[in-house]
Amino acid sequence: MKTTTPLRFRSNSREALNDRQLRDNLRHTLGKTLHSREAAVAELPHWEQLRRHARAVKLHTLSRLGRTLRRLEAAVLERGGTVLWAETAAQATQLVLDLAHRRDFTRIVKSKSMLGEEIGLNEALERRLEVVETDLGEFVVQLAGQRPSHLVAPALHLSRAQVAALFEEKLEVSVGQDVERITAAARSIMRRHFQRAQMGITGVNFAAADSGTLVVVENEGNARLSVSVPRLHVAIMGIEKVIPRLADLSVFLPLLIRSATGQRITSYVDLIQGPRRPDEPDGPPEFVLILVDNGRSRILADPALRETLACIRCGACQNVCPVFQSVGGHAYGSTYQGPIGAILTPQLDGVGQAPEHPFASSLCGACREACPVGIPIPEILVELRGRVQSRKGAQAWRIPGRKWAFALWAWCCSSPGRYRRLLRLSRRLWPLAERLPRGAARSWSLGRTLPHPAPRPFRDLYRDRKEGP
Amino acid sequence: MTCLVDQFFPRVGLDTVQILERLGLEVHFDPRQTCCSQPAHNAGLQAEAARVAGHFLDVYAAGREPIVVPSGSCAAMLKVALPRLFGEGSSRRDQARQVAERVWELSDFLVNRLGVESTGAALEARVAYHDSCHSLRELGLREEPRRLVRAVLGVELVELPNSDRCCGFGGTFSVDFPEISVSLGREKLDRIRASGADWVVASDASCLMHLESIARACGQPIRTMHLAELLARRREVPA
Repeated sequence: MKTTTPLRFRSNSREALNDRQLRDNLRHTLGKTLHSREAAVAELPHWEQLRRHARAVKLHTLSRLGRTLRRLEAAVLERGGTVLWAETAAQATQLVLDLAHRRDFTRIVKSKSMLGEEIGLNEALERRLEVVETDLGEFVVQLAGQRPSHLVAPALHLSRAQVAALFEEKLEVSVGQDVERITAAARSIMRRHFQRAQMGITGVNFAAADSGTLVVVENEGNARLSVSVPRLHVAIMGIEKVIPRLADLSVFLPLLIRSATGQRITSYVDLIQGPRRPDEPDGPPEFVLILVDNGRSRILADPALRETLACIRCGACQNVCPVFQSVGGHAYGSTYQGPIGAILTPQLDGVGQAPEHPFASSLCGACREACPVGIPIPEILVELRGRVQSRKGAQAWRIPGRKWAFALWAWCCSSPGRYRRLLRLSRRLWPLAERLPRGAARSWSLGRTLPHPAPRPFRDLYRDRKEGP
Repeated sequence: MTCLVDQFFPRVGLDTVQILERLGLEVHFDPRQTCCSQPAHNAGLQAEAARVAGHFLDVYAAGREPIVVPSGSCAAMLKVALPRLFGEGSSRRDQARQVAERVWELSDFLVNRLGVESTGAALEARVAYHDSCHSLRELGLREEPRRLVRAVLGVELVELPNSDRCCGFGGTFSVDFPEISVSLGREKLDRIRASGADWVVASDASCLMHLESIARACGQPIRTMHLAELLARRREVPA
C-alpha cells in the first residue's frame, strides 16, 4: 500500500522497544518458531543442496519471466480459467471490484494474501463490499483494525490474552485464554461467512507454468474453503511467484514449509487447477487468476536488486533478524517487514518512501543464512543505502553531515600523511566530541560510555618496538 | 592492522605481532596502511569506500606474503566485499581479487594456514567466546577460534546460548539506531553474565568495545579481551 509521507522506522522502533507486552510476545513466539525451524532444517541433510537448487530455479525463471508467465497463462486458459494482468495496485484492485460488480456479488471471503495487503485490497473492497478474512491470524488483525506484523504469522505481535480480550470486546464471546475456544469461536463465525460468500479470494504461494497449477500452503483449511465454496474463485499473485514445473514443488515445498513454520508439512497443501470440470463433484464454477506487477518489472530490470524477486515469503529472515526480534513488524510501517521488507519496500514504493528501511540492520547476515533461496539481503541493503543517500530533496534520509564526514575521512584515509594527522587531530578533538549536543558521539552515548583513544596509537608503539628503546 | 586497533586498542596489534613472531614468522607492518574501507562501504557510500580501498590496494598489491588481520569484520571486508567495489573487468577488481586471496583473519591463519592450535598461552579462567557476525557468517570461522581458546592452558571455554546472535554493534547502525543497538547488546551481556564467564573473548575489537561500553554505562563492567590478547598471554610469574 502506498503512503504519501515517508515511513519512519526510527521513531516507531523507539516506541516498540518500550512496549514490554510486545517484546514479551515477540520473544515468546519467535523463540518457539526459531527452535522448530532449526530442528526441521537439521532433519534434511541435503538442505544446502535444496537451497542451491531452488535459488537456481528462481533466478533462471526470473531471467525468462515473460515467457514463463505466458506459459502459465496458456495452461490456465486451457483448464477453463481466466487470466487478467494488472500493472499497478490500483488496476489490480479495480479488476477485483469489477469482477464482483459485474456479478452483483457483495459478500467476499478472503484467505491470507500478502499481495492483497501490498495493493490495499481490503481497503478498496471494504468500502462497498463485505470482506471477511478467514485466516485466523488475519481475522484477528482485521478485527483489531490493524495490519499484519509478519509474513506468515500476521498476529505475531499479540498474545493469547490480548486476542481473547479482543474477541470479548468485538465479538462479545467469552473464550477465556484457551486456544481451542478462541479457534472455535472464530470458526463458527467464519463458517457462516463461508456459507454466504459468493466470491473467494486467495493468494498464491507458487504457480506452476507447465500445468497451470496454483499452490496454496496453509494450516487451517480456510483457503481450501475460500476456493471451493463460493461461486467464483479469484487468485491474486505477484508475477514473481511463477515456477516452471509442478515437479519443482519437491524442492520448494520443503524449503518453504520448514523455513516458515518448522513443520515437515502443513496441514493442507492445496493444488488448484482452474474451475470445476463437468466430471468433478465440487469446486468453483468460475476461476480467475490476476497477475500483478506493481513495480516488479522495474526491480527485475535492475541487476543489483533483481534477486529480491526470488523471495518465497517464508518469513525466516524476519524470525532470525535481531532487529525484527527487538521491535516487531509494525515499526516498519510497511506491508513487508524485517530484512525482506527492508529491501523490498524501498524498491516497491521508492527509496524516498522508505528511506530508513535499508539502514535498519546491523548487517549481521543472519537473514541471508536463513533465506531458503539465498537472497544476498545484506548486499542489497548496502546497495539501497547508497541510493537513499544519493537522492536529493526532502525525501532523502541523511544523518546530517554524514556524507561530508565520510568524504573527508576517505580523503584522509587515502594518504598515510593525512591519516596520521587525522589520528592526531581526532585525539585532540575527542574530549570536544563528547560535549557536542548532536552527532555520532552523542548517539553512541545513549546507553553506552564513550571509549577513549589509547595514549599512543599502534603505529607509534610498533615503530618504537622496532627501533628499540 | 585495523584502524580501530590502531587508535583504540594498540595492545591487540602488539599481541598479534607477538603471537606470530613467537611462531617464528617474520612480521611486517606497513605504516602507509590506513583503513580497510568498511565504514564507508556499510554506510552505502561506495565512492568513498572505493577511494580508501584503492589506497589499501596501493599499499598491499605489490607483495605476495599473507596479510593477517586481527578482525573478522575487516578481513571479511577485504576478502569478500572489496572486489565488488570496483567494476567488473577493471584492473582494480583483479587486483582486489588477488589481494583478497592473501587476506587471513588471525584465527583462520593460525589454524588453517599454519596448523597451529596452541600458542603457548595460559590463563586460569572461564572464558566465553563471542562470535562476531562477519567472522562467523562471511568467513565461516566457528571452530577455529574455539580451538585456539580451548588450547590456552587453564582456560575453560563456556558456550553462550544463541552465540550466533548479533551483539548489536553493526558499525554505523550503532549510532543510527542506538536504542536497538544497545538493547541487543544488553541481551548479549545478560547471556554472558549468566554463563558465569570471567572473560568474554572475541575476534573483533568493535563488538567488545560496544559490549564493554554498555556494561560500564549500566555500572556492571565486564572483562573483555581480544582473541589476540588471550593467545599472547603468558603465565603470570609470581613475584
